[in-house]
Amino acid sequence: MSAVQTTSPAQDDTRRRGPLAEVLFSLLRSRTFLVGIAIVLFWVVCALFGEHFAPYDPLADDIINALAPPSGEHWFGTDQIGRDVFSRVIVGSRDILTVAPLATLLATVAGTALGLTTGYFRGLVDDVVSRILEAFMAIPVVIVALLAIVALGTSKTTVIVVIGLSFAPIIARTVRSAVLAERELDYVAAAQLRHESAFHTMFVEILPNIIPPILVETTVRLGYAIFAVATLSFMGFGIQPPSPDWGLSISSNYGMIGGGFWWTVLFDALAIASLVIGVNLAADGVHGAFND
Amino acid sequence: MTEPVKARGTKAESAGTRNALELRDLSVAYRVAGRNRAVLRNLSLTIGQGEAYGLVGESGCGKSTAALAVVRYLPRNGSIAGGAIALDGQDVMKLDAEALRRARATSVSMVYQDPGKALNPSIRIGRQLTEIFELAGIAGQAATERATAMLNRVRISDPPSVMQRYPHQLSGGMQQRVAIAMALANDPSMLILDEPTTGLDATVEAEVLDLIAQLRQELSASILFISHNLAVVSNMCDRVGVLYAGMLVEEGPTEVVFNDPRHPYTVALLRCLPRGGQRKDQGRLDTIPGFLPGIGATIRGCAFADRCALADERCRTELPPLYDLSDERGTRLSRCFHHDKAQALPRATPADVALPPKPVTAPVLRVAGLNKTYASHGHPLRAVKDVSLDLRPGETLGLVGESGSGKTTFARLLLGLVPPDEGGTIELEGKTLAPKLENRGDDQVKAMQIVFQNPDSALNRSHSIRHILGRALKRLAGLSGKAREARLEDLVRAVRLTDRHLAVKPRQLSGGLKQRVAIARAFAGDPRIVVCDEPTSALDVSVQAAILNLLADLQAKEDVSYIFISHDLGVVRYLSDKIAVLYLGRIMELGPSEAVFSGPHHPYTEALLSAVPKLDQSGTARIRLDGEIPSAVNPPSGCVFHTRCPRKIGPICEQQEPQLAEAQPGHSIRCHIPYAELARLQKAALAELA
Repeated sequence: MSAVQTTSPAQDDTRRRGPLAEVLFSLLRSRTFLVGIAIVLFWVVCALFGEHFAPYDPLADDIINALAPPSGEHWFGTDQIGRDVFSRVIVGSRDILTVAPLATLLATVAGTALGLTTGYFRGLVDDVVSRILEAFMAIPVVIVALLAIVALGTSKTTVIVVIGLSFAPIIARTVRSAVLAERELDYVAAAQLRHESAFHTMFVEILPNIIPPILVETTVRLGYAIFAVATLSFMGFGIQPPSPDWGLSISSNYGMIGGGFWWTVLFDALAIASLVIGVNLAADGVHGAFND
Repeated sequence: MTEPVKARGTKAESAGTRNALELRDLSVAYRVAGRNRAVLRNLSLTIGQGEAYGLVGESGCGKSTAALAVVRYLPRNGSIAGGAIALDGQDVMKLDAEALRRARATSVSMVYQDPGKALNPSIRIGRQLTEIFELAGIAGQAATERATAMLNRVRISDPPSVMQRYPHQLSGGMQQRVAIAMALANDPSMLILDEPTTGLDATVEAEVLDLIAQLRQELSASILFISHNLAVVSNMCDRVGVLYAGMLVEEGPTEVVFNDPRHPYTVALLRCLPRGGQRKDQGRLDTIPGFLPGIGATIRGCAFADRCALADERCRTELPPLYDLSDERGTRLSRCFHHDKAQALPRATPADVALPPKPVTAPVLRVAGLNKTYASHGHPLRAVKDVSLDLRPGETLGLVGESGSGKTTFARLLLGLVPPDEGGTIELEGKTLAPKLENRGDDQVKAMQIVFQNPDSALNRSHSIRHILGRALKRLAGLSGKAREARLEDLVRAVRLTDRHLAVKPRQLSGGLKQRVAIARAFAGDPRIVVCDEPTSALDVSVQAAILNLLADLQAKEDVSYIFISHDLGVVRYLSDKIAVLYLGRIMELGPSEAVFSGPHHPYTEALLSAVPKLDQSGTARIRLDGEIPSAVNPPSGCVFHTRCPRKIGPICEQQEPQLAEAQPGHSIRCHIPYAELARLQKAALAELA
């Protein structure tokens, strides 16, 4: 956010708007962000109200019409037990759009707290915690998930906790480097010269100033979280049947591709891809708005 | 000297007396939020061949915009709304892209304020220099030879070694010399210097200015010199133009304009500077009330009318023409209806101060044997060495010295932000302070506060002014509720802010207002000592004057002591009762302000004083300090100053470190030369000048 420092007198007027309004203003002018957020909002609407406008009940089987190819009646065809793929894709956004954002939120909260602490105290605290976090980052999510499922059983909560905690160190690293730059500024020294507690200095003085990098990192992480949820569901560690979840559907249908029943997998895969792309485009826009 | 290559399509009007630069009715606007906002308004000026023209004015006046417009290098939202620019007789507005590129490459050069940013950090100096010659078609060995010659020309010793280095391996002064060498490489006919010495130490500034002055003798280039520092312009330029709100308000020969100004703005600017050894107890500095009109503001009448005590109805409604006031001293112009009585401009701030004589009291601060050693790659770096001094209530101690002399480290040691080495003591009102801030009592912490140099860094940009000051009152004065509100109002009024400013965030305030907030914060808990670390160095002169007055007023009212750090000796002199001159972490001279300034002084102090550009005198021979301040990791043996000392007497200086000896009551000097001898030498040097 060093753009504020530019000496061009032309900047004078934009400065008068609040920083938040300024970011919103440039977000709304960013085509990348608008396209991304439109895709995301589309899926959010599907997740919230999907069952009201889906043509069929996504869970209702219809064995007679099983594995019907796309037609006027079933736009995306039907799966092995005759469920309407179109309705399943629409409603299938619900679980992933609950689990991924909650996991990201958990990762952000935990990562911010860890990053603030390590960056502010530095020294021994930093050395010990950072090494532990690095070790944690070295373990693949899938292995953590496997262990967690053995220990906690499969549930959405497990998925949230597993992904949240695996992403927390990454966010912590971003926050830490922002804090390291911030704590050298004189307002931190001024807080110390008021005998403020470390808690106050970290959360009231420093935190508001590092919101931009945290927001950017969070939106980027959300894209990865969606991908991770879909992967775990595909492998059977994530969302469980009978949910019409996309990853889960692909997992239960991908054996059929060989038989030419491509529609049972393709649309779910496209849905995952579009959501990840949408989130990434939005993240790109947020990044641009904060760094202009 | 070869004639610079002229681009095609040159319109040679009156080739004999072609001006180097001619701006006619130049108007420039920046497009902001969908509206064009005027930055330069009908600016006309002419720079003759070989002439140095100074452009002065506060920040936001359009100085840099004028420079950029000359080469049509405005930011993307800037556009030239009207007028003509002729560079060496050639109409810049009519050049196509290729011709413009060639004009920029061959006939105009610019040197910017920050040499660190003007040089590419990842390319060696030699490569950056030869690149310019390669563009001009000289390659290989010939280019290297030309580059070496260029570095020689800017008085860089050992060019081959400098060419092998990266920019970060050079000091600020060296970097600026390289930037100047690059600017001169293509032998331009026009050299634009945009604040070329701002941000450099006084000694380095003096070197760079000397270099530019010498180069003027050798080169034919005309110079457009942009600076907010009136003294620098007065020493460097033949003619000066004063810019206000994008308009030329006064122009004339430098000496005439600065000694006999005919526009109220020039008069007011000159009065803002502490001059001729003015001190806080001899009167306040004058200030300029109000603010510069915002960019793009609609100006009817005189732009300065709102801030001018001479303004009448006519000034507010009718734009004054540029009156031609030429006389035998030269051609000069003033854009004021009342140019004849401009110097009768009433003061905006009354000068008088009533100072009761201060009773001599016990020191509020006593520092003894303070040291700070950092570890630098395993070697000890002595940032502060054996500093002892004391400070009485209501007194100001000025700390001066080049950057790297340990001024800021010393201040941070006092505040407890950095713990000192074991052994030294800091006593506040008779009680020893713990070395670390955490271990000091709340009362001790609130008694010593600081005003930082850069308010953008010192004020939390996420918090409103009310939050910032309210929190300070809560923590430092222990106030809450109604009492806090009441005190907040007092505090805001004491630093001359208004309630209106409380709701906003720091970024919505100007630099001067931000610094007032920082001062208010420091004073929230009735401190005994306030450290002021270059509090005005980022501010315009008119704002600086207001801040200095404020500090002086607060001191008189609250009996607070200041530790005032500044590289501007005029400012230090104005505010200080006592001066400590630091060099490589050691006190070289300590004494009452008057004694230190009037001398006899330590040879280092002497050099520092002579390096300061002064408005009142021009062309004084400077005492040049050779080389840079040595590294504190490996300080010179004996007297640490001997490597640069112009008065070095012999081997004793290299072998034995002199003591800080009391030469006169209260005035100590760390030098092998006896006091009487220093007095004789320095008197002789003065006589030689006169």
